[in-house]
Amino acid sequence: MHHTTTGEKILRGVLITLALVFFLFPIFWILLMSFQTNAQILRIPPSLFFEPTLINYTSLITGELQTAAGSLKLEFMHNLWNSVILSTGSVLISLLLGVPAAYAFARYKFRFSEDIAFTLLSFKFAPPLLVLLPLTLYFQAIGLANTYIGLIWVYQLITLPLILWIVRGYFEDISPDIEHAYRIAGHSWAKTFMKISIPLARPGIAAAGLLSFIFAWNNFVFALVLASADKQPVTVGALAFVTASGIQYGQIAAAVVISITPTLALALFAQRYLVEGLSLGAVKG
Amino acid sequence: MRRKRRNWLPYLLSLPALLVTIWILIPFFTAVYYSMMRYRLSLPHLKGFVWFDNYLQFLTDARFWYTVQVSLTYTVLTVVIELVLGLGIAILLQRSTRFNNLAAMLLLLPLMVAPALAALMWKLMTNPNFGILNYFVSLIGFSDFRWASDPSSALFTVILVDVWVYTPFIMVLLLAGLRSLPKQPFEAAALDGVPKTFVFFRITLPMLMPYILTASLFRMLESIQQFDIIYAMTQGGPGNTLTVFQVESYLQFFQFTNVGRSAALLMVLWAITFFLSNVFVKNWLRLRERAHGVEAE
Repeated sequence: MHHTTTGEKILRGVLITLALVFFLFPIFWILLMSFQTNAQILRIPPSLFFEPTLINYTSLITGELQTAAGSLKLEFMHNLWNSVILSTGSVLISLLLGVPAAYAFARYKFRFSEDIAFTLLSFKFAPPLLVLLPLTLYFQAIGLANTYIGLIWVYQLITLPLILWIVRGYFEDISPDIEHAYRIAGHSWAKTFMKISIPLARPGIAAAGLLSFIFAWNNFVFALVLASADKQPVTVGALAFVTASGIQYGQIAAAVVISITPTLALALFAQRYLVEGLSLGAVKG
Repeated sequence: MRRKRRNWLPYLLSLPALLVTIWILIPFFTAVYYSMMRYRLSLPHLKGFVWFDNYLQFLTDARFWYTVQVSLTYTVLTVVIELVLGLGIAILLQRSTRFNNLAAMLLLLPLMVAPALAALMWKLMTNPNFGILNYFVSLIGFSDFRWASDPSSALFTVILVDVWVYTPFIMVLLLAGLRSLPKQPFEAAALDGVPKTFVFFRITLPMLMPYILTASLFRMLESIQQFDIIYAMTQGGPGNTLTVFQVESYLQFFQFTNVGRSAALLMVLWAITFFLSNVFVKNWLRLRERAHGVEAE
């Protein structure tokens, strides 16, 4: 790196700029589109300069769209609410179940421990439709079809392995000596776990929680197969806009912007944990 | 006291997580069973156990081989393109300067967009009436480029979306890998005036190989199963142009109500992913061991 010439520096700068343009332009363009009326969107050639309007957002939020043909109901806020419930619920339950399990796998070598851990991991890699399609038939039979509980249960297949394996790595990085010292001072196992182990692993638990929230939020196929309209999250709901009649392009763009804002914000906020989480702890960020 | 506790505590701690997820085996074995049945929802009276007939039919079925072909093409092209681009960008951003770190953070954003919504964004950008990309390509002479709605460019379009979403994944993993490499070999090479291409192919690339392998295996595993982007973009169309494994089995199930065939297709895909995930887990464990310094079995 000592002999970087000016030419190389310029080439580097140009290439990085090109990469930034390719990867950021779609987000930028959809953001612009969400502030435009249909007439502005349909202009040729497209223009960067326009009078921004909030009409797309207000009609999504109020759920009312006034068109020439009359008033149209939009259920998008309901989709957003579903996304919040499904993602938050799934992550909370996964944390509740996954953190103790992660601790067990990190601290104890017991019979079948690696088998159980890998069985849980393998759920992440199997084709989702393989289980989802038979599940549609079972869910009808046991009354879980189109319920939040049923969906959150299935979402565990996404969030739980992720939390388990990321948090396990964090527990393994913490020396057990502190726990031993606290135990020797006469505290119970449960108290040691709550007062020492969990606080020490908190950054890892937070990172795993955020990452699994992102995966749950971004999930599409689970709800596409198992949920009907009133339980669908934004990923399925926004896509349904494309075929809905009377919808304006600006509203689709606004729906996309609203839907991707939470995950983009979380990613920027939790960026330093993301790398480690994305590789399930195989690469240190 | 402590010894006794050690016996049941770990089971108690890990059992709830296992119990909540292990039921997945029920629909899994149901799928295995369905894959050996003649089972069409539209023709219930024909329902019956046929052993491996569904699989044997695949051997001479052009539609099945097309699914294999388009899935493999999609997988190979996305992983290769993402690997080349991701590695290139990671090398550009290797030095930890403020600008490079900001760029790396921004380049990560597409990975945070739900793939289905990413497809929707690109759909808006390639709309024949107002798509900005239609406008761009018309400037360079393609006045009627139809993107995903033309069979000849549909695969290209969904690959483009996949590359947009997942290149950042390869990029961040390889960037972290590059930055964790020991400095000495590079300093020694620089002192000796070793040409940069030689350094890249003989030092950087071999040392980075475990990271490259893990990242691309992981991507392969996801890419061969890709559903969201393709379904959101074209639902497998135009015609059956993009009927990759999961899209094809979805259509077989819901559109043609052929449960047996759909299940058999998914079993074939499962066998492929089972093989790939075993290779992946081996590599991943080795890397994880190195990152955490823990012994893994």
